[in-house]
Amino acid sequence: MADEIKTGAYICKGCDLGNRLNTDQLEMIATREGRVAVAKSHDFLCGAEGVKMIQDDIDSGEANRVVIAACSRRAKTDAFSFSEIPTSRVNLREGVIWVRPEDDESQETTQEMAEDYVRMGCAEIKFMATPKASEEQGTNRHVLVVGGGITGMTAAIEAARAGYQVSLVEKSDTLGGTTGQLYKRAPTRAPYADPEDTGVTELAKMLEDDDKVSIYLNSVLSSSDGAPGRFDVEISASNADGSTDAAQTISCGSIIQASGQIEYDANKLTEFSYSEAPDVITQLEMEALAKAADGGAIKRPSDGKEVQHVVFVQCAGQRSDKEGHLSYCSGHCCNTSIKQAMYLKDNAEKAAEGSSIDVQTTILFTDLRTPGAGGEDFYRSGQNKGVTFRKGTVSAVDKNGNVTFSDLILDEEDTIDADLVVLATGMIPNSGRNNEREDELSAQKTQLEAENKEVPQEVLDEIAIPVESILNLKYRQGSDLPQLVSGFNDSHFICFPYETRRTGIYAAGPTRRPMDTQQAQEDATGATMKAIQAIENAGKGMAAHPRAGDLSYPSFRKEGCTQCKRCMMECPFGAIGFDDKGFPEYNEARCRRCGTCMGACPVRVISFENYSIDSVGQQIKACDIPDEFDEKPRLLVLACENDAYPALDMAAQNRFEYSAFVRVIPVRCLGSVNTIWITDALNSGYDGVVLMGCKKGDDYQCHFVKGSEMAHTRMSKIADTLQTLNLEAERVAVHEVAITDIHRVPELINDMAKTIDEIGMSPFKF
Amino acid sequence: MSDLNQALADKYKGNFLKEVIDNVEEGDRVQMCMQCGVCAGSCPMGPHWEHTPQKIFMMIRANKREAVLASDSMWMCTSCYNCIARCPRELPITHIMHGLATYAKRLNLVPKTQPTAKFAQLFWNNLSSKGRVNELKLGISLYFMNGFGEGVKTAMANQKLGLNMLKTKRMAINEAWGGHSVKDKSGFHAMLKKAAEIENDTIEANSK
Repeated sequence: MADEIKTGAYICKGCDLGNRLNTDQLEMIATREGRVAVAKSHDFLCGAEGVKMIQDDIDSGEANRVVIAACSRRAKTDAFSFSEIPTSRVNLREGVIWVRPEDDESQETTQEMAEDYVRMGCAEIKFMATPKASEEQGTNRHVLVVGGGITGMTAAIEAARAGYQVSLVEKSDTLGGTTGQLYKRAPTRAPYADPEDTGVTELAKMLEDDDKVSIYLNSVLSSSDGAPGRFDVEISASNADGSTDAAQTISCGSIIQASGQIEYDANKLTEFSYSEAPDVITQLEMEALAKAADGGAIKRPSDGKEVQHVVFVQCAGQRSDKEGHLSYCSGHCCNTSIKQAMYLKDNAEKAAEGSSIDVQTTILFTDLRTPGAGGEDFYRSGQNKGVTFRKGTVSAVDKNGNVTFSDLILDEEDTIDADLVVLATGMIPNSGRNNEREDELSAQKTQLEAENKEVPQEVLDEIAIPVESILNLKYRQGSDLPQLVSGFNDSHFICFPYETRRTGIYAAGPTRRPMDTQQAQEDATGATMKAIQAIENAGKGMAAHPRAGDLSYPSFRKEGCTQCKRCMMECPFGAIGFDDKGFPEYNEARCRRCGTCMGACPVRVISFENYSIDSVGQQIKACDIPDEFDEKPRLLVLACENDAYPALDMAAQNRFEYSAFVRVIPVRCLGSVNTIWITDALNSGYDGVVLMGCKKGDDYQCHFVKGSEMAHTRMSKIADTLQTLNLEAERVAVHEVAITDIHRVPELINDMAKTIDEIGMSPFKF
Repeated sequence: MSDLNQALADKYKGNFLKEVIDNVEEGDRVQMCMQCGVCAGSCPMGPHWEHTPQKIFMMIRANKREAVLASDSMWMCTSCYNCIARCPRELPITHIMHGLATYAKRLNLVPKTQPTAKFAQLFWNNLSSKGRVNELKLGISLYFMNGFGEGVKTAMANQKLGLNMLKTKRMAINEAWGGHSVKDKSGFHAMLKKAAEIENDTIEANSK
């Protein structure tokens, strides 16, 4: 590409733009103020003829970067895709004419809006370059699966069938995990009437026979490091006598963590006499009894008597806010209890042809939840087989199997004398160490000790609980995948369920959220697809979700860096380390290109080829700021391109009008917003700034997990800056916006316009 | 307590649901109730009876034999069929209610003062004697259901209505003498007898 910047500005007159706006004037602005080499307009720019006009200019060398002033950057992406050429999109349709009334009175401000956007586009393009892959690594088509339960086995077979090498690491001496301990599982196919085989044996056989799959039993990961496309993993095996073999090192392209779950410790449920009564058992123990009976009569543990009346207690220590209980629903237990009641019913039926009510089975539930396509059918099948369902809260189970509960339909206390009581105790994720919590606790301890205060016993207790790491990552950010709530590995719940905060490492199965075997298999398949995508993208130097395919990546200007390490601290994905001198070290393949580091950098040395402090900062400065007496305030909106910007586009499609004084700039994530942009905007005479990002917190919707949260924290400190400028705090607002907030986003803009009306124009207009 | 009642109670000890499945018309559908409560919300008589169908079904599963069979609830059903039309599980709730009422009657557990139970008996007696409902006699027997004095009072109060019905030929006075009947009356009686026999035998067998 030639060194000289030659920008072509192309203005579309289609979609009524030509009627609503003075495009000649826009051309003139692009030429005179935007200093573009070529400025042309066209009646139908996205049509073949229009695109050809642009392509001809590129081919003839008249333009080596283009500004397209037409519709939103989210529309017509196929038509306006000029590879190797930096492209800036000026949003005149959704951003201007669709949000402004079509009358003479509004014409002036609408035209001004369009002119400003053209100025901004011409300013941005000067600071954009075409990103290129760094060729940092090759393609390693090898998937590592951690955990040999049904999730891990499914992931392994899916990856192998897709043509990838697989290493499957399992801690115990057999494949199968929890599912392997089951007698049968809830049905996964129509008519969803009877329990079906788990399929674990067949799956294990398939894996053993597959030459693409290597299975490591009795093994754990003693170390893992690297990045997508080039993970180095150490696998340590332990022998029966307790000794360990020398660790084997393998390299792989991506990792699937399917470490599963562990059963909740029923000993904690003293009210249900679990530890004292042999005939009060957990669901997993019931599976063992059914396995032992293998279709025959099920005998209870205490005296081997064939059971006559079995009571299933749902939500035992789950969905409860009591100390030590699980706050969540484990998702599978209702179906599991129905399935186990069927074991009893089906056996009884075989024994006494025709009559199915010889063994009484009662399921005591508060809310019956049977997820999945066949859940309701399975429930109905249970009823049909004579399983009794009673809505009630169990208060106690005594040593003799008397179950006391309050019936919520009949509104009274009742007691059932049962031979066997099965507790649905739920699952705890086996998700490794919670590094964040550990850091928090040790910081708390260090601080208290420094202050010569006594460290509370519960803090010491929590520190003392040993937790085994699953991955033993050698990342600076910790040994395991970050956790969100209740110990489950973090993943973007709505949009990218398998994507964790460690790029190239995917979580699947109950380590991610509570689920049953069928969901775990679906999960495994999804995670495998992501793991494959990660390998292929990493090989090409492209980003993983959500900016999949993006080639740009951050670099920093070393001479300006103060080694403050804030970029490393704030990166949500652990992509930044630092070298011996304390300079940041970017790990391109781990980077998700959100720009949170760019927003964090206090000395503003971090930038992407096509997205930088300047590419946005110069847009802010390019706007024409009318003087105070014109009574035309200027509002800056920095909108997250993932949710807020689409919401604005959709508001425009619905023709929801908003103030003509606003100038919207899309940003990759609110986390990439550097406070310098706000300061610059206020200094150069903007009257108000509105930031729109995604929801933050435990139920976050931020596509980069922490970006929105970071932005909120940074902006909470902007008040100081405002104070030094002698400005009102109301001039800066930060909002959490969802993609569905199409009525709300125009309101937020208009609210700021109203606020400016009340507090007056900024004194910084020159 | 009748002997039959005692025998059945002993036989199905602790499993009233099975007793209902075996002996009550459409009783096998009770176990399919999912306790959503739509029937209870749909019943026009809802506020006037002791237990809604939803509760009756739950009580059956909770082994509340006496409470269910001695309840006046199923007698309050007006057969509007709202519950059947709305039940998401398509249970024949009205039929089950009548089935329970019949079963309670057989076991002699009907509340003594329950007026619909009395009416049901009058209706059955009227219908089964000739195979046709004799409306005049049914009306009169209903008036005198609670004794002679009250019957005269009710008749006097409805005097004008009765005369108007006669005038417009809505009431046939000659029905008072004999009344019309099915063609094959003896055949009809034989049929009823056989049906009762089958029913009695089944329940008798279940009680042993």
